[in-house]
Amino acid sequence: MSLELKIKKDFGGFVLDMELSAADGETLALLGASGCGKSMTLRCIAGVVTPDEGRIVLNGRVLFDSARRIDLPPQKRHVGLLFQNYALFPNMTVEQNITAGIREKVSRQEKRALCRAVMEKFYLTDLASHRPSQLSGGQQQRVALARILISRPEILLLDEPFSALDSFLRWELEQELTRVLGEFPGPAVLVSHDRNEVYRISHRVAVIQDGRVDCCAPKRELFSHPPTYQSALLTGCKNFSRVRPLEGGRVEALDWGAVLTCASPLPPDIRWIGIRPHFVRPADAPGENVILCRVVQVIDDVTDTVVTCATPGPGGPDSLLHLRFKPPQWEALRGKEELLLYFDPQAILPLRGQGLGPTLSKRPE
Amino acid sequence: MLESMFPALAQVVSDWYPLFNSLRIAAISTVIVFFTGIFAAYYIARLPRLLKGVLDVVLTLPMVLPPTVVGYFLLMLFGNRRPLGGWLLATFDLQVVMTWYSAILASAVVAFPLMYRTARGAFESVDPTLRYSGQTLGLSNTYIFWRVIMPASRQGILAGTVLAFARGLGEFGATSMIAGYIPGKTNTISTTVYNLWQTGQDAEALKWVLVNLAISAVVLLAVNMLERRDFIPTARRRRTGKEGA
Repeated sequence: MSLELKIKKDFGGFVLDMELSAADGETLALLGASGCGKSMTLRCIAGVVTPDEGRIVLNGRVLFDSARRIDLPPQKRHVGLLFQNYALFPNMTVEQNITAGIREKVSRQEKRALCRAVMEKFYLTDLASHRPSQLSGGQQQRVALARILISRPEILLLDEPFSALDSFLRWELEQELTRVLGEFPGPAVLVSHDRNEVYRISHRVAVIQDGRVDCCAPKRELFSHPPTYQSALLTGCKNFSRVRPLEGGRVEALDWGAVLTCASPLPPDIRWIGIRPHFVRPADAPGENVILCRVVQVIDDVTDTVVTCATPGPGGPDSLLHLRFKPPQWEALRGKEELLLYFDPQAILPLRGQGLGPTLSKRPE
Repeated sequence: MLESMFPALAQVVSDWYPLFNSLRIAAISTVIVFFTGIFAAYYIARLPRLLKGVLDVVLTLPMVLPPTVVGYFLLMLFGNRRPLGGWLLATFDLQVVMTWYSAILASAVVAFPLMYRTARGAFESVDPTLRYSGQTLGLSNTYIFWRVIMPASRQGILAGTVLAFARGLGEFGATSMIAGYIPGKTNTISTTVYNLWQTGQDAEALKWVLVNLAISAVVLLAVNMLERRDFIPTARRRRTGKEGA
């Protein structure tokens, strides 16, 4: 029992070409920059957007199959879609909103009892007669979740569930959502562009770029060994260099103007290496995997010092490194114009490349 | 019969015939336009772009055409010797022109674009995720339309209805062509004002001008009051003790 999906849709200039699956009880995260097709994929599963071709199967039920001309209306798909803005009916009270989600043809009293029980569970009883406009973002989300769960969906689709919330509210709601997901027996798909959120909530992560699945892996594996440029970027890697593979696990980092040894096996179609900001360490003396860099900019952040260095590469933004040092570590280096930096072979990520060049897509933050 | 039972009432009705006639014409055409305009707005908004553009132009034309041109078209269609009018006369013994109800046609055609356009604007400004979420929750499209989309676009629909009513009330050009000016039969406030002024009865004309002003003021006042009765939830009103969302 699960979700199987393979769809294509041409939006003219943007093509969605997705292939995904999610098992029961599993939370699959779609991680990608905005406009990459994550939300559109959820809407295709829910049936409010129709793909050009493909097949969507939920728990053995065919929701959509272009070859067999099957396209179930959203009403019959039993898919719970939590919208980014929650999409509560503004003219109805909390109680009416939740009651509207009841699918069973039961008496008014029974509906009332069902609704009461759900409101109790989501701490909404006191808000029963409020309108959505009177609720905080967090309360709205609880109402939307309650309304979805009362309709007994077979799958939960969550579209950027926390993007409309203040950061201090997020934590609390994230815990609540984690609880809901833990109790939910079916598969769930979470759309997000926040890597931390994805890491905390989901089990498996699909990195989406330009309407396609760039790579898909269990979250721990993906965060420790992202296989592609895009997955490295979205899991927080900030430093990339184009490479030419050499003998013996070594690569020539073209943008950094250095030859580096890499501990991980190099894929045959390697195009980049990447290293996370806090994995580059100062070195005492020149040697293997040590590059002499010039300090360009130093910014003191709350917990770290962010240092921008110029490598011996050909220059321009692609040849810069963005590093993070803990304050005591940086104290020893403060004032130096040049640094010897050690690139731990274990920390160097060999990456398959795809899509845009580094100057266009690198370092979005 | 009515006249014989209430001679005084009959006198009032005949004295105030233009007011009575104008109001019923505007009211009936508003009802027609309310449903056709909303129907057109809702379905045309979902058509393919090209078809939507063509229909949009056709349906909005009466708004920008001079009313006399609209009247001309109506006469071409419904005149007694024209195909449709002739057929109606022959089959149902129904003469469409030069009757009080022919003015309903004129008012409805001229007021339709106002309803259609404002309703369409209102529907288009409703967040589409409201419809989507309703559909995924298993609610029927009819339920979603009447219980979610319509309340959410209430302001626009209301504005369109009032505009259509006001436009229907003030219709002159097409009305005078298709219904003419037969005192006590087809005269409305606007045609009465014109005829009184043309025949030099300025004081009488002023009376009807003031009547018209009064009606318009009442209509606008009603709108303002309706708008203020917004979605003010009782809970908040009780808590803060003041109105306003």
